[in-house]
Amino acid sequence: MMSKYPKTLLELRRVSKHFGGVKAVNNCSFYVKQGLITGLIGPNGAGKTTAFNLIAGLLKPDKGRISFLKQDITGRSAHVITRMGLARTFQHVRLFDNLSIEENLLVAVDHPGEKFFNCFFHSRKSGSYHKKIKGVLALVGLKKPLSTLAADLSYGQKRLLELARALMMDYKLLMLDEPTAGVNPLIRKRLKALLRKLREQGKTILLIEHDMDFVMSLSDEVIVLDAGRKLLADKPSKARKDKRVLEAYLGK
Amino acid sequence: MIEAYLMHILILICIYIVLAVSLDLAVGFTGLLNMGHVAFFGIGAYTSALLVLSGVPFWVGLLAGAVLAGFAGFLLSLPTSKIRGDYLALATMGFAFIIESFMKNWVSLTRGPLGLPGIPRPSFFGFVISSQFGYLVFAFIVMLICALLIIKIEKSPFGRLLEAVRDDETAARTLGENVYKTKAIGLTVSAFFAGVAGSLYAHYISFIDPTTFSLLEVILLLSIIIVGGLGSSKGAIAGTIILLILPEPLRFLGFPSSIVGPARQMIYALILLLIIYFSPKGCFGRVQLGES
Repeated sequence: MMSKYPKTLLELRRVSKHFGGVKAVNNCSFYVKQGLITGLIGPNGAGKTTAFNLIAGLLKPDKGRISFLKQDITGRSAHVITRMGLARTFQHVRLFDNLSIEENLLVAVDHPGEKFFNCFFHSRKSGSYHKKIKGVLALVGLKKPLSTLAADLSYGQKRLLELARALMMDYKLLMLDEPTAGVNPLIRKRLKALLRKLREQGKTILLIEHDMDFVMSLSDEVIVLDAGRKLLADKPSKARKDKRVLEAYLGK
Repeated sequence: MIEAYLMHILILICIYIVLAVSLDLAVGFTGLLNMGHVAFFGIGAYTSALLVLSGVPFWVGLLAGAVLAGFAGFLLSLPTSKIRGDYLALATMGFAFIIESFMKNWVSLTRGPLGLPGIPRPSFFGFVISSQFGYLVFAFIVMLICALLIIKIEKSPFGRLLEAVRDDETAARTLGENVYKTKAIGLTVSAFFAGVAGSLYAHYISFIDPTTFSLLEVILLLSIIIVGGLGSSKGAIAGTIILLILPEPLRFLGFPSSIVGPARQMIYALILLLIIYFSPKGCFGRVQLGES
């Protein structure tokens, strides 16, 4: 089964992105392997979120190539890359505030009635997706009536809904941008169990995280960024002891 | 006499409901703060009037007006696909000025400020809708069809996509949605129905000139959907009825018409201020202007 997939799912080769004089991502190369949890860490401003946006196609790199599923995706539109099998969440939660929980999740599925000329023959009801919605909500542990508006959820619940929405998709790579930021320890624990479960199912996850215990205990590999450059990519146990990592976080 | 007056108001309400519901599709559902809706109204009116005056059957004129207005909406969506909010409002307002300028200055086609008089009443296969009551029934049926079609679009999964794009474009893109295409379709459909309303208007009033499609009309239309509440067809309909009927008593107070016109604008402004102050979501609104 594994041999059917490429061993490397995602690869960045010498990717750079500058904002004016700021080198947000600077000649950065790393890869993400199939079936593993990869942690992307580094101090604030290291370029982690920019790297995410470059991969997702929300930003176009100035230099370098990005390949996903052995295809060159450099410069492709975000929605095209997403449809290849990339699901993500955001550092600052992005939900459809005026839509219900159910409808937020339904936007993520490829509904035939989303085509304009089909729209006269379909209603907004969840129909055959209902079971999947229930399953995903149970998986993330969000217990709220389906008709609740996203705007009316608490911050932690919003994060769970955003994660649930990503899980609704047929993804090959799941990218999470600080999933534990601002959520309580209970949800944090549940999240950890969930990510482990996804890994057991063979899912590939790329994770930005500031909670070191969280990321180190979960990841198979961590990539450390600092000032837009890759410091190292290694096993968590080795990265934890690396002098350069400590310097990046704490200064010399 | 009073019957004719009431029917006149009702016919205008039907026409404005088509305008308001279609504008709400763009503003309330797709999140496009469109200040140029009146341009599509005008394109529909002029296209239909000019075609029918040159001998084309009415229904062809109506359809051509709607299609041309829709095409204009599509063209407007191309350069504006990446701007939102206030910037989009300014760009679309500029578009309305351009169209108004065409109407004023393309004299060989539109007769400029003189306007187009003598636009015939609709006729179908030799049967002319000449009575006012007949036109009311006709306008009501057209309004009903347009409103039901737009509501059907809004209540479909495509409508959900429009709302998703309104609430968060970036999130919609990372869920695999082509937001530029979605917004282009939203604006095109909205403009198409404004074109239908334009044709209905031109063949009812029988005279159109560029002043009918000026910025004042945009303010009335936006007031209607804000008072009624954004993102709700029910609201657009309620807003139309409220704003078209409220200033009517002014006619009977015996003021000269030089006062009635400006007083009308003042009433719109007052209603708008009261709504924004006391109930920002309007009567039936689900979303708030400028939110998110």
